[in-house]
Amino acid sequence: MSLPNDARRATTLGGLLLVLVLVVGCAGSRRATAYQWDPSIFFESLFAPDPRIIRGVLLTVAIAVTSQIIGVVLGVLGALGRVSRVRLIRWLASGYVWVFRGTPLLVQLMIIYYGLLNTNILRWEDIFIGDFRIEAAVQAGIFALGVNEGAYMTEIVRAGIIAIDPGQMEAARSLGMTYGKAMRRIVLPQAARVIVPPLGNEFNNMLKTTSLLTILSVQELFVTFQILNANGPLSFHPFELFLACAIWFLMLTTIWSIIQAQIEKRLARGVPGAPPPGGPGLASRLLGLRRPSADIAPVTGAR
Amino acid sequence: MVEVGAHLIDVVGGSEETAEVVVSAIGVHKSFGQLAVLKGVSLEVKRREVVFICGPSGSGKTTFLRCINHLEKVDSGTIRVNGHLIGYREEDGRLVEDREAAIARQRREIGFVFQRFNLFPHKTALENVIEAPIQVRGQRPSEARDIGRTLLIRVGLEHKIDAFPMQLSGGQQQRVAIARALAMRPSLMLFDEPTSALDPEMIGEVLAVMKELALEGMTMIVVSHEMGFAREAADRMVMMDDGQIVEEGTPDHFFTEPTHERTKAFLSKIL
Repeated sequence: MSLPNDARRATTLGGLLLVLVLVVGCAGSRRATAYQWDPSIFFESLFAPDPRIIRGVLLTVAIAVTSQIIGVVLGVLGALGRVSRVRLIRWLASGYVWVFRGTPLLVQLMIIYYGLLNTNILRWEDIFIGDFRIEAAVQAGIFALGVNEGAYMTEIVRAGIIAIDPGQMEAARSLGMTYGKAMRRIVLPQAARVIVPPLGNEFNNMLKTTSLLTILSVQELFVTFQILNANGPLSFHPFELFLACAIWFLMLTTIWSIIQAQIEKRLARGVPGAPPPGGPGLASRLLGLRRPSADIAPVTGAR
Repeated sequence: MVEVGAHLIDVVGGSEETAEVVVSAIGVHKSFGQLAVLKGVSLEVKRREVVFICGPSGSGKTTFLRCINHLEKVDSGTIRVNGHLIGYREEDGRLVEDREAAIARQRREIGFVFQRFNLFPHKTALENVIEAPIQVRGQRPSEARDIGRTLLIRVGLEHKIDAFPMQLSGGQQQRVAIARALAMRPSLMLFDEPTSALDPEMIGEVLAVMKELALEGMTMIVVSHEMGFAREAADRMVMMDDGQIVEEGTPDHFFTEPTHERTKAFLSKIL
């Protein structure tokens, strides 16, 4: 692993950003005298955060992970539906994608929570697991995010499935496997490799999209900072607060990109052009750089 | 442990089928849209027989082969393997397409070797070979690995057991594919142009494995342009043209005194 080296580079990058922020901030404070620039608010929100911020971070991660899992499960089912031989199932899957991809998530959130609530079709109730409470709005939010995500994942998983050579399915079936077994054992594991990079994008988006739950008053990371900015000792410091908020989000997405790299490496088994052990470094991943293809693992024997 | 010196077929314990006629195809028709590919093909293949199908491209030989294990549906006619109707069942005198599980069960008896190998790229050579015996036949993994290893050694890949397909040459991949098909203990092996995707210097190693199988008494139908090999290994030659079988005969008869004009024209081009 080349992480130590990359970590150092990432730290340097972060340091430069901080300096930039401070310079801009101080310059701004000199000109606009009305704004009391207070760097300590920024640093405290990051390094000695209010417990509400920690709760917000955890809630954001919990909502994003749960919604994404729902999205992946629905996506696999949807994709299998989209490639089904049964026309009705194909229609149902296409209709699902059509509706949930074709309407704004905010509107879906409004319908799923307030809409169902006010028509008494479905009243979301808080769930208690011991002392642990899952708020009604959080459930509705996870449901909406998950179902919406499922529509996008359907298309991503379908792309993964149709990217696999039909000869794979034929070979599996010629060995006596049923369609389902061939999908599960042969096609989907190979499709997973194609699916993970766009899935990474999706989860990255998901971490940030949780802030839409503000309209359900779910106190995730963004709403927490909104509240801090609205009242209390830190109020009316939007610049410092929301910069800190941005960096919290940046940390979450960064951790995810590291995890994603590990997943991709594991799935690269037996694939030409797989990254060498260690994979692309953190810095190059963050900046979207790709190493030249000279790194491709050696292939023994001629083709 | 399985004895390494055993015949390829003995390694897997041989097939349990004893029917004398392995393949019996009667009046097989097949169209892709407007294009009629098979126009009434009938063929009988007996146990231990090695039948070569040749003919110009587009003559329907690959399609016919694919119909035998129901990778393609037939439009009319019947194909029986070991006496069992393939892909269909008779209900009130009509043919109804079989349920998926039933078709899958029939395919266990029929090994298929593809032109493009179609190995599973995310699995090693050994994993490719043991996948179906474990997943489909329910073989114990330890036993399947034993047999799989022995099969790979027998096709000359003792050093490539844990290699991934992309680390293998075309000839090596095709030999893994043959071992993979044999691991299911088929009573019939179908070869669809097994050497035409290979570099010339790799053709020999694949043909050697096929020759050994033929000598051991495997029932085989081979679609191939390897006429020299056909002469050595085939019991019977079948010439297809324009969706029909135009001539059949022993290799001797077929190569030296073909009767049909189209066979003569085809042989003169290919030999």
